[in-house]
Amino acid sequence: MSDNGSMIHARGLVKRFGDLVAVDGIDLDVRRGEAFGFLGPNGAGKSSTMRMIGCVSPVSGGTLRILGRDPDADGPQIRARLGVVPQQDTLDLELTVRENVLIYGRYFGLTRRELRPKIDELLDFVQLTDRAGDKVEPLSGGMKRRLTIARSLVNDPDLLLLDEPTTGLDPQARHVVWDRLFRLKQRGVTLVLTTHYMDEAEQLCDRLVVMDHGRIVAEGSPRQLIERYSTREVVEIRFEGDRPETLALDGVGERVEELPDRVLVYTHDGDATAAALAERNLPPHATLVRRSTLEDVFLHLTGRTLVD
Amino acid sequence: MENVFQPLRAYEHWLAQYKRVWRGTIGTSLINPLLYLAALGVGLGTIVDESSNAPAGVPYLDFIAPGLLAAAAMQTAATESSWPVMGAIKWTRTYYAMTATPLTERDVLIGHQLFVITRVLTASTAYLLIVALFGAVHSWLGLLAIPVAVLIGTAFSMPMAAYASSVEQDRSFPPIFRFLIVPMFLFSGTFFPVTQMPLVFELLAYLTPIWHGVELCRGAMLGTLELLPALGHLAYLLAWTVGGFLLARRSYKRRLFR
Repeated sequence: MSDNGSMIHARGLVKRFGDLVAVDGIDLDVRRGEAFGFLGPNGAGKSSTMRMIGCVSPVSGGTLRILGRDPDADGPQIRARLGVVPQQDTLDLELTVRENVLIYGRYFGLTRRELRPKIDELLDFVQLTDRAGDKVEPLSGGMKRRLTIARSLVNDPDLLLLDEPTTGLDPQARHVVWDRLFRLKQRGVTLVLTTHYMDEAEQLCDRLVVMDHGRIVAEGSPRQLIERYSTREVVEIRFEGDRPETLALDGVGERVEELPDRVLVYTHDGDATAAALAERNLPPHATLVRRSTLEDVFLHLTGRTLVD
Repeated sequence: MENVFQPLRAYEHWLAQYKRVWRGTIGTSLINPLLYLAALGVGLGTIVDESSNAPAGVPYLDFIAPGLLAAAAMQTAATESSWPVMGAIKWTRTYYAMTATPLTERDVLIGHQLFVITRVLTASTAYLLIVALFGAVHSWLGLLAIPVAVLIGTAFSMPMAAYASSVEQDRSFPPIFRFLIVPMFLFSGTFFPVTQMPLVFELLAYLTPIWHGVELCRGAMLGTLELLPALGHLAYLLAWTVGGFLLARRSYKRRLFR
């Protein structure tokens, strides 16, 4: 049914808004059942890419095939097979939780008879059964997000697109959303998500691309990316007040990254490096040894942090 | 090929929403015109009727009853296609929920317009029944005033939807109402024949869709409708509707699929 069995196939994909190039020639292949992520800071081109994949934004250049079809020609037919969780909720705040899923299901042409059991099942899945008859307006941000996810699943999508699914949620609500998405992944639903949270990408994605300035700067599994672009461990040095001028970091670790508020020393053995730093009269409480994360990968690739 | 019934799916959204707020809309759509009718038709009308040159040779109430029907259709339709259209783009983002599904910009637009038509249809039917009880409907032709009111509605709501989907700020709306809708309400044959005005204003009035709508409603309700002028008025209202629809569809596409 699709180009080499891929759910999303892009070659040299470009999106322009006037003079602004939001997406600058990217190549992608997302396979069935995969959880694929776009990691990058705000303005990297993630959302523009997602909107093109969602068939609501015309391609400015290159090729794009979604489920083997051309979005320009078959947008509505492709959208019928997609589930979309947009960055900003588009819920009907005046309607009840149940009505929201019902009305959304009707957009897909599902009958009320088909929808009745479907809605029960979906609200149970996102743990909103006991709020089914309540208006949406007073619900918490996390509940609204879960309702949006329930709604996006009403057509049993082949491909679920999530644009920043947990941005703006408190940590507990984020974990509930992650748990639900993880279950979808286990059921074999193909997930494509954008995020600027490295922990989200690490938790959910089998494979991801790092985007910056509209381009893909790296691709791989979270583990591969860390192995390729970072060291196993990092020693973080924080200073009280200004950085002491006497501190010499030459010859310490593999690589040193200086940030406004801290210094990162990349190393294969964090404890040994921390000990070496202590010998240079750095107080022990100023150093923290941790494992490398995607944040470090991003910093190395772009010279910037993900969330400023 | 897209399903021709798809706009109905978008229409269902607006109906579900309306179930929660319909009481509040009766005031503007039905009670307002009836208040005008009482104050001007009954109050002012007793003075007008004592003079020797009552317009159209009928009681003043009967003269303005069709005008107010047409004007109410215009106002309901223009209002429903202004803030609610911008809201569905910027505030509730309802249109974006719709376009994430198989619905297209055409379905989103028609679905919303079907709801505007529903509002005009129900309000003008209720109004016509009430003024019929006052004896202001002289002929069975008066029933035609209902489809005419719907056409007046679309002649205003389609261009308004095109405008509302292309502007960024809701402060763009008050000038439209203040400088276009209100003057049309007052000076396009609703309360007095436009021939009473200086020639320039009379000619301007002929350009407004509402004058053609008022003429049609009045002709229908007083039973004086003549075929040829009626066809001309209908064609003019239809032209605004179709032109407005084409502009709105283009503007919706630009806004929702960019």
